[in-house]
Amino acid sequence: MTAPLPSLRARVTPPDAVSPAPTHGHPPLIEVDRLSLYYGAARALHDISFAVPERLVTAFIGPSGCGKSTLLRCFNRMNDLIDNVRLEGTVRIGGEDIYARDIDVIELRKRVGMVFQRSNPFPKTIFDNIAYALRLQGLRRKSEIADIVEQSLHQAALWEEVKDRLHASALGLSGGQQQRLCIARAIAIKPDILLMDEPASALDPLATAKIEDLILDLKQQFTIVIVTHNMQQAARISDATAFFYLGELIEHDATSKIFTNPARKQTEDYVTGRFG
Amino acid sequence: MLVGATNSSLAQEYREIIPPEDFARVPPDRLRQYLGLTRQQFEQMDEETLKDLMSLRIEAKAQMPDDPDAELNTTEWRYLLGPHQWTGYDRPAYIWQPVSQIHKYNLLPLFIGSLKTTFVALLFAVPLAIAAALYVSQLAHPRAREWLKPGIELLSGIPSVVLGFFALIVMASFFQALFGYPSRLNAFVAGLALGLAVIPVVFSIAEDALTSVPRSYTEAALALGSTRWQAAWQIVLPAALPGVFAATVLGFGRAIGETMIVLMASGNASIVSWNLFDSTRTLTATIAAELAETVVGGHHYRVLFLLGALLFAVTFVANLVGDLVIHRLKGRLEGRR
Repeated sequence: MTAPLPSLRARVTPPDAVSPAPTHGHPPLIEVDRLSLYYGAARALHDISFAVPERLVTAFIGPSGCGKSTLLRCFNRMNDLIDNVRLEGTVRIGGEDIYARDIDVIELRKRVGMVFQRSNPFPKTIFDNIAYALRLQGLRRKSEIADIVEQSLHQAALWEEVKDRLHASALGLSGGQQQRLCIARAIAIKPDILLMDEPASALDPLATAKIEDLILDLKQQFTIVIVTHNMQQAARISDATAFFYLGELIEHDATSKIFTNPARKQTEDYVTGRFG
Repeated sequence: MLVGATNSSLAQEYREIIPPEDFARVPPDRLRQYLGLTRQQFEQMDEETLKDLMSLRIEAKAQMPDDPDAELNTTEWRYLLGPHQWTGYDRPAYIWQPVSQIHKYNLLPLFIGSLKTTFVALLFAVPLAIAAALYVSQLAHPRAREWLKPGIELLSGIPSVVLGFFALIVMASFFQALFGYPSRLNAFVAGLALGLAVIPVVFSIAEDALTSVPRSYTEAALALGSTRWQAAWQIVLPAALPGVFAATVLGFGRAIGETMIVLMASGNASIVSWNLFDSTRTLTATIAAELAETVVGGHHYRVLFLLGALLFAVTFVANLVGDLVIHRLKGRLEGRR
């Protein structure tokens, strides 16, 4: 377990296993139990245990290299693509061990969508970007595809801006629009969980505000896990926040508590900007 | 144009005859032109030699075939490109027989020969090379990639004469036993051997193009639940299409310009036939085989030069069109159109 940390306050922190999730009555959807991850010999994640509640926004914060993106990529097994990655412990989604031998990774990724740090629309038309995701699902009916494309663009608050140029290349969109297109693409296939890896870090404040509004809308439907460097962003949009440092989960609690009354000294130092 | 100043007509050449007895009466300059000598050559010859040359011309005229075709200048465009019913033929035909008495210089059989072998080569090599590039760049384990890529690229280091020899000795017999066609050396065998030379060219460029597609596209596709194969085929390959197309154009250039393989393995029969299993003769092989035997500056020499110029024009146009297509594809991918 985590080494005892010096704390200014004499608060006793929950010491063990799954930290008490700030669930607001929401059942846990992702359960991480004693997860460690190694790149070759280097350990990137150290014995992490916690749970992500359903239909809430959970934010991962922490300085660069603390393992928050690595952990996020454990949830849809994107780390499988990297050589020499070794995992210990379990990750359960909806009670199912996603690293079990018989798990279908392709099906898993359809259930756990992902939005990347840098927007990465395909070099296809706006329409085809989303239609491609639908065709991967086995959808063939043109009218059905067109309906879902429109619906997803509405949901991603992009429809009004692109409805007249659906068949123009997606690479002609602005950065913020591209990122919203990526979100539309991810939600078009109706995943249970949406993973967002610093989705707004490359965008200007206006585009960032749009993405944040969008995330607040989307949490009605999806369980969202977002990695962010921006503390204000985490405070604005998340219900629960997990603070990571050097591959360890330092604290996981309701966002309001993390930002106003953290249990650990390190958390307080980080959220107040004293380090990191 | 390139051959316009030449006249290969035998009748024209021997129309005028100056008998040796008239040697003294003809002005020296006139005589020099008549015998087709340079000034220097003319000055080095004594009277006896010149008179011998004059008699030789009379003999040559006597041996001139009694053929109306001897009147024709066969280097005119209509004989170079169109069919002509030569004496002894029952219908108009495209004939390349530059060393027969009547010099027949029809270019069509050679063009067809070049196109046939190139077509077979590309049909064989391009899909194989692109599939290999897709596998090596997208699907293969990095360790397999480390030796596969240089391994395939090393193929381009094989001298084409070795490939030609291999085609001539091994492939020709193998495919004749397999398909049982009559001509052992033909466009098909030459095309396959040519394909072996084209594969590393296409592979190398296509692989670079596929590898330079941003990794984020693959990640996005995989995160949407595509298989690695789907991501490679449906996302990465379309994104790399300009580069893959450029690889194909380069492969075409290599195939149509390659000489030694087709010289050795195509059978070198200049016949007009679209059958891939007939022997054939290409532009390049013709130049290689005949140029050394021609009179420098003569009509045969000039026609071979024309072949070279046409070869250049074909590859130039292919590259130009290829470049335009690549720009269009790129523009479409980048959302500029």
